[in-house]
Amino acid sequence: MTVPTAVAGTARRKGAWAALVYLLPALVVFGVFIFWPLVKSMLLSVQGTDILGNPSGYVGFVNYGTLFTDPEFLTVLWVTFAFTILTVLPSIAIALFIALILHGRIRGVRFFRTAFALPFAFSVATASVIFGVLFNPASGVLNGILSHFGVGKVAWLTNPDLALWSVSGATVWMQIGYNLLVISAGLGALPDDVLEAARLDGASGFRLQRSIIMPLITPQLFFLVVVGTIHSLQSFGQIKILTVGGPEGRTTTLVYSIYEQAFANNNSNYGYASAQAMVLLLIVLIITALQFGVLERRVFYR
Amino acid sequence: MTSTLDTSTSTEPQEASPPPKRPRRSRRNLGSYLILGVLFVIVLFPVYYGLVGSLMGERDTNSFPPALWPVHGLHPENYGDALDIIPLGNQYLTSVLQTLGIMVGQLVTSVLAAYAFVFLPLRWRGFWFAVFLSTMMIPFESIIIPNYLLISTWGLKDTIAGLTLPFLATGFGTFLLRQSFLSFPTELRDAARVDGAGHFRFLFSILVPLSRPSLAALGIWSALSAWNMYFWPLLATEDPKHQTIQIGISQLQSSDGDSPGMVLAGVMLALFPTLLLVIFGQRFIVRGLTAGAVK
Repeated sequence: MTVPTAVAGTARRKGAWAALVYLLPALVVFGVFIFWPLVKSMLLSVQGTDILGNPSGYVGFVNYGTLFTDPEFLTVLWVTFAFTILTVLPSIAIALFIALILHGRIRGVRFFRTAFALPFAFSVATASVIFGVLFNPASGVLNGILSHFGVGKVAWLTNPDLALWSVSGATVWMQIGYNLLVISAGLGALPDDVLEAARLDGASGFRLQRSIIMPLITPQLFFLVVVGTIHSLQSFGQIKILTVGGPEGRTTTLVYSIYEQAFANNNSNYGYASAQAMVLLLIVLIITALQFGVLERRVFYR
Repeated sequence: MTSTLDTSTSTEPQEASPPPKRPRRSRRNLGSYLILGVLFVIVLFPVYYGLVGSLMGERDTNSFPPALWPVHGLHPENYGDALDIIPLGNQYLTSVLQTLGIMVGQLVTSVLAAYAFVFLPLRWRGFWFAVFLSTMMIPFESIIIPNYLLISTWGLKDTIAGLTLPFLATGFGTFLLRQSFLSFPTELRDAARVDGAGHFRFLFSILVPLSRPSLAALGIWSALSAWNMYFWPLLATEDPKHQTIQIGISQLQSSDGDSPGMVLAGVMLALFPTLLLVIFGQRFIVRGLTAGAVK
C-alpha cells in the first residue's frame, strides 16, 4: 500500500465510490419500495380519488380535515388505542411471569422454555384460523368448556362489546412467545455475581425478583413495550380473519381501516386511505422518538 | 446499583450456610410448578387443539360440547381433503419460492451493505447509516398503497417477483451483520490484505464463512417473517393458484367452516416449517432478537 500521496488521494476517492457500490443493491430496494412510496403516500394523501382509484387532482388537506371530523375515524383511533393497551401490557406481563418462574432453577427448564416459545412459530394467519375455530359460537371448544360451568353460548366475535376483547386475547397469545424469548435472554445475561451477592445477603423469592432482577431487566421490558406497541399498531391479519373489522366497526383499527378504504370491496379510496396511512406513520414515528428521547433515560442500563 | 454494591461487601461471613435454604426453595418450587402447569395448559392449548383437531372427524368437532380429543377415531384424511379443496400444492411452492427469494435477497444485500459500513472508506457514513436506520422506522402498512399500485402497474401481481421485490433489503439485517463484522479480528483482515486478497475475495472466502452464526440468525429471521407474511401477499395476489399458503388457509376457513378438522389440517401444513425452525433454531433466533432494537 505504498502509493505516492497524489495518487493516494484519487485511490481513496475511488475507494469511496467502490464502497457506495456495495450499498447500492440495498439502496435501490429502499429507494423504490420505501422512500418513493413514502413520497407517493404523502402526495396521494393530498389528492382526491375518482371512482376508478385514479388521483383526481390536488385537494390540499381536505382528506385530513375529513379524517378528524369523521366520527367513524375517531372511533377507529379509539379502537386502535384500546387494542394496543389490551395487547401490549398483558402479553408482556404474562411472559414476564412465565420467564421469572422458569428462571427459578426448576427442573425441565429447557422443555418448558421451548414449549412456551411455540406461539412464536405461528403466523398471524395460522393462529387466527385456530382461534377462529376455538371461538366458533356453535361448536367451538371455548363455549364447549364454558357449557360445563353452565355458561350459555358466548358470541365471542359478533358481540359488539366482546369482539375487541376476543381479538386482543388471540393477539396476546401470538405475542407471548416472542416476549418470553426476549425476557429470558435478558434474564440469562444477568450478572451471576450480583444475583449471588443478593442471595447470600438473604434476598430471595419475591424480594430478589422485585429489588434486583426487575431493575436489571428494565431495558428488555422497555424494548418490549416499544416494539410491542408498534407491532400492535400494525396488526391486521387477526382482524381480517376473525372479525373483518366488525361488528359495527368495533374492531376496525387504523391499519384495518386503511385496508378497508383502499382495498376492500374495490373501494379504491386511495387518497383518504393514504391520509390515514400518514397518521399511522406519524404515530409510529412519535413512539420511536419517545424511545430515543424521553423514556430511555429512565431505564436502568448497566 | 449502589445498594447491591453495599450488600456484596457484607456477604463473606454468611458464605458457609447454604444448606438450610434447601427446604424453602423446594416448597416454593411446588407452587411454581403448579402455576407453571396451569399456564402451560392455557398457553399450549391452541397448539394442542390445532394438532389434535386436525386429526378429528366431524362427529367430534361438530357436536356440542365438542370433543377435546379424538373420541371417534383419527381422521388423517383431513390432510388430503385440505390439499384437494384449495390448490395447496401450488401455494406451498409459492410460499417456498417467496421465502427463499426474500431470504437470499436479504442475505446478499445485507452482507454487502454491512461490509461497506464496517470495512470500506465510506463517504458520508453517518448519512447512509441514518438512511438505513430510517427504513426500520417506517411501518410497511403506511406505504403499502403505493407499493400495491407499483406492483400492479408493473404487471407483477400473482408473480413471485411481486411477492418478493419490496423485501429484498433490510435495515435490521444490515445492522445485525454489521454488529457481527465489527467484532471481526483486525489481524485476520490485515493478514488477508497482506496476502493480496481484495475486498471481494476477503468478503466471500474469509468473512462470510467465519460469520456463519450471524448469517444463520439473519436467514432464519428472514425465512420466518417471509413465510408468515399475510397483508402483502393478500394484496399482491388474486388467483388462488398463485397465492401463498397463509392466504390459502385463511380462505379455507371461510370456504368450509363446517369441517374444522380439514381447516386445522391446512393450518398444520402451513405451520410445520416454522415450527421446526423455532424448535431447532432457537439459538439463532435469540441471536437476532434485540438486534432490531431500533425498530
